Amino acid sequence: MNVHEYQAAEVLAAHGIPVNAGQVATTPDEAERIARDLGSGVVAIKAQVHTGGRGKAGGIKLARSPQEARDAAAAILGMDIRGHTVRKVLVVPGADIAQEFYLGVVLDRPNRRTLVMASGEGGVDIEEVARERPERIHRQLADPVLGLHAYQARQLGFALGLPADKVNGFAAIAQRLYATYAAEDASLAEINPLVLTGAGDWLALDAKMSFDDNALFRHPSIEALRDPDEENATELEARRGGISFVKLDGDIGCIVNGAGLAMATMDAVKLHGGEPANFLDVGGGASADQVARAFGLVTADPAVRAILINIFGGITRGDVVAQGIREALGRVNVAVPIVVRLSGTNAEEGRRLLAEAGLTAVDTMDEAAAQVVRSAVA
Amino acid sequence: MSILVDASTRLLVQGITGREGSFHATQMVEYGTNVVGGVTPGGRGKTVAGAPVFDTVADAVKETGANVSIIYVPARFAPDAIYEAVDAGIPLVVCITEGIPVNDMVPVYAHVKASGARLIGPNCPGLITPGQAKVGIMPGFIHAEGPVGLVSRSGTLTYEVVDALTRAGLGQSTALGIGGDPVIGTSFVDALGLFEADPATEAIVIIGEIGGSDEEDAARYIAEHVTKPVVGFIAGRTAPPGKRMGHAGAIISGGSGTAAEKISALEAAGVRVAESPYQVPGLLQAALAG
Repeated sequence: MNVHEYQAAEVLAAHGIPVNAGQVATTPDEAERIARDLGSGVVAIKAQVHTGGRGKAGGIKLARSPQEARDAAAAILGMDIRGHTVRKVLVVPGADIAQEFYLGVVLDRPNRRTLVMASGEGGVDIEEVARERPERIHRQLADPVLGLHAYQARQLGFALGLPADKVNGFAAIAQRLYATYAAEDASLAEINPLVLTGAGDWLALDAKMSFDDNALFRHPSIEALRDPDEENATELEARRGGISFVKLDGDIGCIVNGAGLAMATMDAVKLHGGEPANFLDVGGGASADQVARAFGLVTADPAVRAILINIFGGITRGDVVAQGIREALGRVNVAVPIVVRLSGTNAEEGRRLLAEAGLTAVDTMDEAAAQVVRSAVA
Repeated sequence: MSILVDASTRLLVQGITGREGSFHATQMVEYGTNVVGGVTPGGRGKTVAGAPVFDTVADAVKETGANVSIIYVPARFAPDAIYEAVDAGIPLVVCITEGIPVNDMVPVYAHVKASGARLIGPNCPGLITPGQAKVGIMPGFIHAEGPVGLVSRSGTLTYEVVDALTRAGLGQSTALGIGGDPVIGTSFVDALGLFEADPATEAIVIIGEIGGSDEEDAARYIAEHVTKPVVGFIAGRTAPPGKRMGHAGAIISGGSGTAAEKISALEAAGVRVAESPYQVPGLLQAALAG
């Protein structure tokens, strides 16, 4: 789950990391008032959306007066940044930046450990740095039980070339960022840039966090940060029903049991000249309830012109799955053609039941993909 | 021969009195797997699928000599179940459970490694050596004995490929699902090493998907260490970046982990990569022929 910058900053602040305290505005009036309350200096108006590249898109502006803050907010609110509509802006005081750094915590999959990364190239796209100048990123793998040792955090500070009297301050922030990541079950915790101010203080000028969906059950305070405006309503509804759903741009709806097979099914549709409208994993059993729910999700998309159901029955009997599909169709009105691929024990009986109900039922995924692409065009 | 499980497997089922545990314990027994016992705290004295139930893994190991354990307990209790199995001296632990938080698995993985045990999964279908032992949730009847070693990050997609292989007359030495999570106990590289060393395996199928770099690591390993022919399939050519495709580990992030990268890495290592699961048998036959 992703959160906004201002929410990530609140989480970091709660774990003792100095952040640039600001306030969120949803109207130009509010932005002006916040700027006035912040005093006479420069303020930054920052679009709050779940996507990167806000700066390049014009979603971050500096303002030298409350009036300018109002104008900047008016320009940014309602802006579309990579398909995300800006509904909130963060108004923060300008900072006196002496030096910028990058600090991030993420899972290192190959090592199966948590990785803490620091770079002297702060404020820029870290993925670009990783690609083009990997030697500029310094890394420490945290101990899987004990976490990031103080000496490891100091090593990062020394590797950045910090003066000796700044290393401990940096190390404290690195350890706290690791601790935040661990305590909140984050999948990413990033400060970019982390700045050293003219006065010699550390300050997190930007913050980005995402959280492990599988751990949200033990973090109600993080779950409460979810912004429904930033999420696809159908994807949210699917999750509540135990279905994995991702909206895509094509016109062939897919209903599949198993994530890997669901991806392979999308690929098969594409291979046969079609475009998948969605990724959808109904889970193992493919019961009537789940299939009915899946039909509801897929048909909610007006672009869908045909539906491919791909069920590898396995232990679940094909005739039971077929009954489930028929039952689901009795509850949900589906106006587009449906092609079913069904295999497993009693699959033949299942296909017979489906054919009786007027559905096209075939034996292999490739055959089904070819059929569904044809019926979408027809 | 085969890898990891065979007729000498003495299987323990953790969570055996639960809905999933009891159903699959019965299925495994019906397949012919030697299920020697089960564990459910407080379940001592019960019998499930003909197997005695114990309160602790330690008790079960002492009484039954179990040498493999399979875990069907809910996500929030599964890490503890893995620790319990490893600490009771079980050398091979298979965790089926889906949805374990990543930050729980990091210390589990370290503990398993330090103990010298092997973990398969979590979020995996398990493994099967056809005709000898089924340790997982896969449909046994689609498998056949034969020379193909298969390793996959997926569940039903694996069944799809196995089914195509069996229909083409290509049986399996062992078929292994390593799991779809970001932190898993056994990687492609581990499995490839085992198949390379197994005299009963003549060719290997690797089924990957988007996310992470395990397939790229596998490609490097194949180029340097694998002499047997390898055929691959990668799911998710059409998956968009930044979206988790069901499996917690199946996400293209920061522009890396794409199917295209994985396919080109495997092809560069001499792996024949299929465009569809149904092409796998043909590519294998061609590879085996020379």
